[in-house]
Amino acid sequence: MGSIEQTFLLQVPSSTENLAMIRDFVASVGEQAGLGEEDVSKLELAVDEACANAIEHAHGNDLTKAVTVRATFDQQSLRIEVVDAGGGFDLGAVPDESLARLTAAGRMGGLGVRVMRALVDEVSYEIVPGEPNRLRLLKHIRR
Amino acid sequence: MPQPFSVQRTDEGDISVLALEGFLDAHTAPIFEQAIQSELDNGRARLVVDGQKLSYISSAGLGVFMGFIEQIRQEGGDLKICGLNQRVRQIFEILGFQAIYDMLDTVPDAVRRFSEVPTREA
Repeated sequence: MGSIEQTFLLQVPSSTENLAMIRDFVASVGEQAGLGEEDVSKLELAVDEACANAIEHAHGNDLTKAVTVRATFDQQSLRIEVVDAGGGFDLGAVPDESLARLTAAGRMGGLGVRVMRALVDEVSYEIVPGEPNRLRLLKHIRR
Repeated sequence: MPQPFSVQRTDEGDISVLALEGFLDAHTAPIFEQAIQSELDNGRARLVVDGQKLSYISSAGLGVFMGFIEQIRQEGGDLKICGLNQRVRQIFEILGFQAIYDMLDTVPDAVRRFSEVPTREA
């Protein structure tokens, strides 16, 4: 295959019911890209977090909207792009509150971005006015 | 197709054991949330969550643990976690849950822990 890029695409209605399908998709592509079992698991979870954010926060669980997951890999890395149509959010503005503070406040949210950052090598988010928002995750392939 | 998730409840005296099975994500987290709320509504704040058959957890599931612990401890109880497989336990540890929750190997260990530490300071 050399270093030729391969791209796979999944588009689903914006419902948390479809998170399992998204995880299966990511696992299949991860295995094909040559990621080890542990890295596949980490990537599955990171993409789950990105898509759950898109479905619940960007789309407000609106089934008429779609979440698109685009996976591209070559010999070196696997890149995942999650595209939503919502208002977007600034990753840099997500407060890095301690777990103790979150639990003391009875908060159930606030961990998704932290999970993503812990599990993949790069996380970035692109908001361009008038265009869909893109969250990008990158995982290096260790051979 | 969503992946299945269920909560089985048993009693060990005044301790409620909630055994989780399957995939705990943003879709299934409300089932777990309802199970804990139901215990608190019944005045039962001594909880063991058995994760032996828990295959997967995302932050939505972790959020349920976070969201109730303050109330549980204010009511003099605690939530102790046991039986997690290595993959699931790794996620708890990445986020530092071991600093806030007692994490044990088995249900009997977790039940016994209540006699040593009935409620833990966060």
